[in-house]
Amino acid sequence: MSKAKQSKIKNPYSYALVAPIGIIFAIFFVIPTIVSFFFSMTRWTLFDWEFVGFENFVQYFKEASLAIGFKNTLIYGVVTSGLKVIFGLALALLLTGRLRAKGFLRSVVYFPVLVSTIGVGFTFSILMDPNYGAINKAIVAFGKTIGWETYGPGWLVDPNLLPLFSVAFVDVWKGVGIATVLYMAGLASIPQEYYEALAVDGGGAWDKFRNITLPLVRPATAAVVILSFIGGLRSFDLIWAMTNGGPGFLSDVIASINYKQYQAGFYGLATAGNVILLFFVLAIVGPVYWFFNKKEKQA
Amino acid sequence: MTKRGIALALPLALVFGATVAAPSQAADTEITWLVDNGQANQDAANALIAAYEKANPGNKVTLVLRPGGTDGDNLVKTKLATGSMEDVFTYNSGSLFQALAPSKNLLEMTNEPFMKNVLSGFYPVVSVGKKVYGVPFGTASVGGILYNKKVYAKLKLKIPTTWAEFMANNKKIKAAGIDPVIQSYKETWTSQLFVLADYFNVQAAYPNFAADYTANKEKYAKNKVALRGFQYIEENKKLNYFNRDYASTTYAQALDKLALGQGAHYPMATWAIPQIAAQQPANLEDVGFFAQPGPKASVNGVTVWVPSGTYIPAATKNAAAAKKFVGWMTSAKAVDVMNGVEGFAGGPYYIKGANIPNALPGAVQDVMKYFAKNATAPALEFVSPIKGPNLEKILVEVGLGITTAAKAAAAYDADVVKQAKQLGLKGW
Amino acid sequence: MKKFLHKYWIDFLAIPIGLFVFAAPFILIFLTASKNSKEAFQFNFEMPEKFLLWENIKTVLGTSDGVVIRAFINSTILTIVSVTLIVVVCSMAAFVFARRPGKLTNFANIMVLAGLVVPPAVVPTIWVLQRLHLFKTLQGLILIEVAYSAAFAILIYKGFIASIPKEIDEAAAMDGCTGFALWRRIIFPLLMPVNVTIIVTTSVAVFNDFTNPLYFLPGSDNATVQLTLFYFQSAYLTQYNLLFTDILLITIPPLIVFIIFNKKIVSGLTAGSVKG
Repeated sequence: MSKAKQSKIKNPYSYALVAPIGIIFAIFFVIPTIVSFFFSMTRWTLFDWEFVGFENFVQYFKEASLAIGFKNTLIYGVVTSGLKVIFGLALALLLTGRLRAKGFLRSVVYFPVLVSTIGVGFTFSILMDPNYGAINKAIVAFGKTIGWETYGPGWLVDPNLLPLFSVAFVDVWKGVGIATVLYMAGLASIPQEYYEALAVDGGGAWDKFRNITLPLVRPATAAVVILSFIGGLRSFDLIWAMTNGGPGFLSDVIASINYKQYQAGFYGLATAGNVILLFFVLAIVGPVYWFFNKKEKQA
Repeated sequence: MTKRGIALALPLALVFGATVAAPSQAADTEITWLVDNGQANQDAANALIAAYEKANPGNKVTLVLRPGGTDGDNLVKTKLATGSMEDVFTYNSGSLFQALAPSKNLLEMTNEPFMKNVLSGFYPVVSVGKKVYGVPFGTASVGGILYNKKVYAKLKLKIPTTWAEFMANNKKIKAAGIDPVIQSYKETWTSQLFVLADYFNVQAAYPNFAADYTANKEKYAKNKVALRGFQYIEENKKLNYFNRDYASTTYAQALDKLALGQGAHYPMATWAIPQIAAQQPANLEDVGFFAQPGPKASVNGVTVWVPSGTYIPAATKNAAAAKKFVGWMTSAKAVDVMNGVEGFAGGPYYIKGANIPNALPGAVQDVMKYFAKNATAPALEFVSPIKGPNLEKILVEVGLGITTAAKAAAAYDADVVKQAKQLGLKGW
Repeated sequence: MKKFLHKYWIDFLAIPIGLFVFAAPFILIFLTASKNSKEAFQFNFEMPEKFLLWENIKTVLGTSDGVVIRAFINSTILTIVSVTLIVVVCSMAAFVFARRPGKLTNFANIMVLAGLVVPPAVVPTIWVLQRLHLFKTLQGLILIEVAYSAAFAILIYKGFIASIPKEIDEAAAMDGCTGFALWRRIIFPLLMPVNVTIIVTTSVAVFNDFTNPLYFLPGSDNATVQLTLFYFQSAYLTQYNLLFTDILLITIPPLIVFIIFNKKIVSGLTAGSVKG
């Protein structure tokens, strides 16, 4: 470092360090997003555009499947993030505990994270096929043994909410590995002495969990909740791969509704839909984020 | 620093070199051709390329595949918008062609010498005004009902010429323990045939339907004849005539069921024939075709899907080579090549003097009878630019019993509003 | 014997359940990849009549002039370069955000949230890439992947850096080590555990990315591995055995990454707890 810089009592945290990612982010993310806000107010055929003000937004809210879409998006987000918190923490506890096969099982749990989403979507679509899939074949066989005649549920085709929950289940199956890793990191940062101190005071396993583990693992919980909730609300790839928003429109979420507009070539309308999705997620995640940040400052 | 520096420098150096790519194109005698990845189309395309390169040594055509369906639509539009389209591409004609903004994005072909080889009946679906932008790829396809001849023979059924006869046949078929009507909702596009193939009957009753529909004067929900297609699905669902696993059956599985006699009828178009030829060659001749019947026996004909078009983007850097290839595709040799691809010919070509092979599958011969009688009409999407994107999903809802025909028709009418506005049509 | 059972009962329960829940689908992939086209259509767990895995792999690798091999090379370059960039530039920025409160940091927090929430706009991004002559280039796609992964990486890095005592920075600063040198010599080495996490998660995400290459690096010359799945899924007849062989093949690189770094994740975590 040059002597001139030293004598200036410069802040050691130079903003220059932020520049590289700042520039990349601005050019490839911020600018297109701002541009798209503009295009959400146009009728856009990709080839030319016509300013129409808020008409896209009005048209969007007239969309028949929209009410279902908003409801499903919320359900999907809550269910997947909730289950990832519960299973993630449970698995993390299991895998940092007494288990001898820890290393092996950690790999097994994390493995689904590695497989491509499309690959997972395909595989489970096949497993869940109501007539040829292994899951229902097992159910039918089991039913025969206890005299219960059934064809097994239509996991991805029943005309109700079952398809949405089936996809949510696969989403959790695939993503719980990351939650587990985050929780394992969180658990590892809790000093052993705390547990030993509580044991000396006569605390049992449940007390340890409630009074030490749960509160001290909060940063990990925050990370898991926020990441998986946002991911869940925005989720598209898996739902699209497994049900296409179907049957009919029953497993549509906001992201798939937007994609369908995009597919059909209504680019202005689709962009407006993305803007709406953005505000929807902010409105819901914002408070959650603020809640966790506050608690962290308190701690 | 040095160790890490090297670790960083190596991948960066790789990047500033080229990506691992196929050799770059030489000017003017190498072009690229974008085709959808349907197996029959791939086979035909490869055969055409092989023949073209043989007849024109030194010329190279590279085939590029894209997905079909709405993903494909999207990709085509994006490529055109960003000037990254291949030199030649094949895509639907009719309303989907109109959505490409042809006057802006495509190379005009009206005065090219090879256009003389193309039947004028094809011009409207690849034109804007008097300017023509494409040549046909493959044959016309026809929509109606594919049926299993063995089932009909066993139950001594006659080809129905009215809807009532059709449903009576279904009743007998069901009683015999066979699925009367196959549906394959896992691939939602297949749900549309009952409605779309019925267009022959609609335009027979209302010759001006297309124009009025485009001008927002006709509606599916309000027009009783147009509504029938929706009601046909509703009716069959109520009577439980679909195969039990219809919600999760795929298109390929449906074709198997039909060919093997597990189901009697499959509302579909003749583009399925090459597929059946590939999947169940031994049973190909068990499949026949008849037009979707309407209320009267005197009005009985088929709805025609005009073939796809092959186009050239305006932004191409190899216009001369592209035109040469496209022109060759209208030649008699090209027709011979296409005829040589098993089952690819599903109806007449739109090329002058083109012959259809003599050894046609029985189903296609059934189709040709309607052409001989002139009992054909183009599907609505070729005479009106309006087709809403959600029809297939709405019809799945009808088929699953989630909604009624009346509500579905109203929903579809609302759906097309977006398309009409997007196209900037008057009256919407 | 009783003691043995008492010690290991969790293992006896956990291993089969774990395998069943998490590994069974993978077994289906593997089995289907080893069958011929007709058997694959049956979608079951039965053993294939003839073990055709090697044949299928050869077929898959030979398809379309070896597009799968090209795709692997492209995807590997894409992943390595993107992840290297992400680890370097994101940890640098996160360092500043974690240590230096102020307007920029507040703004950055909003940007991070935006980066996680806002779905990217495809066509405007293409428009930007074209202006910069980066459209349909691997370099362009790399920058895209970095931009899209930045929010997550910065979030994780920020959290971790917060747990590094500020005294370390101050001690180094007194010795004249500031800015870039401070980051490079002191902070970055301390970030090894979380670097591993970021490397693993980001490289898997980039390698498995499907939609971004589809839009920003189109063309079979430029294929990346997820797009090769298209070649076996035609509109009408899907060759499931080849499709699953392809899925199998494209799962191997992320698996290798995981096997290499798996131990480091574990040791990184326990090292953290010993420091306390």
